[in-house]
Amino acid sequence: MTAKIAYDDVEVGTDLPAQSFPVTRATLVRYAGASGDFNPIHWNEKFAKEVGLPDVIAHGMFTMAEAIRVVTDWTGDPGAVMEYGVRFTKPVVVPNDDQGALIEVSAKVAAKLDDNTVRVDLIARSGGQKVLGMSRAVVRLA
Amino acid sequence: MALDQSFVGRTYPPTEPYEVGREKIREFAEAVGETNPVYTDPEAAKALGHPDVIAPPTFVFSITFRAAGQVVQDPRLGLDYSRVVHGDQKFAYARPVRAGDRLTVTSTIEAIKSLAGNDILDVRGEVHDETGERVVTAWTKLVARAAEEA
Repeated sequence: MTAKIAYDDVEVGTDLPAQSFPVTRATLVRYAGASGDFNPIHWNEKFAKEVGLPDVIAHGMFTMAEAIRVVTDWTGDPGAVMEYGVRFTKPVVVPNDDQGALIEVSAKVAAKLDDNTVRVDLIARSGGQKVLGMSRAVVRLA
Repeated sequence: MALDQSFVGRTYPPTEPYEVGREKIREFAEAVGETNPVYTDPEAAKALGHPDVIAPPTFVFSITFRAAGQVVQDPRLGLDYSRVVHGDQKFAYARPVRAGDRLTVTSTIEAIKSLAGNDILDVRGEVHDETGERVVTAWTKLVARAAEEA
């Protein structure tokens, strides 16, 4: 486990580099295959609308996977992640066009904890709405 | 209809081992757009002190969720799975999942609540490797939305 960020170099309030992650229908089909989650709300517009959704939505776990990249790209080693949790507050609606949707993620150090660990609070937005709530990770730094 | 509270605390038998493969990790990493070589190149993983390529943090969900299936599809529990949405997800890692792991999942129902007609189910999945060491614990909150009035 070799994080490239030193515990002593961060303070509460330190911003991690923000990132944006595009998601199209093709992304969702690919994620469905890789994850084994073939729920039709993630690829079938007719089905999604029948169950009351505005359109096809991204897998919550896809959004969760994208958001933590802000943390793992920062630490260098994804093995530095000790805890990670989110609440799925709003769906990421993915229109059937070449643009799809954008998941915008920012994060900051919210607390310095024992054992060279810090708590990072994440914010993920799409289409102007917060799509993850209570999104937090605990990571061990160098 | 509210779910049977007597299921709270129930633990299901461990799943058959899931063998984590390098190419499955690669497929998952590429599907989420990851470029970190620690997921695809054993040498890059070793340079960070891992014995083989590791999996992205959320990879393990596809294993724990399949295990939770034996809970949510237990006919005696009576959850309407067609109305289920994923509410919360949390992981606590003892170490990253890595290629070559043979993982079993033991699922326990931690809580059952009824709120405004919605059934809320908390399932904890304990993931162990073949030596019996805990690798990760996954907490999954599922919400079965109330059926609309006919």
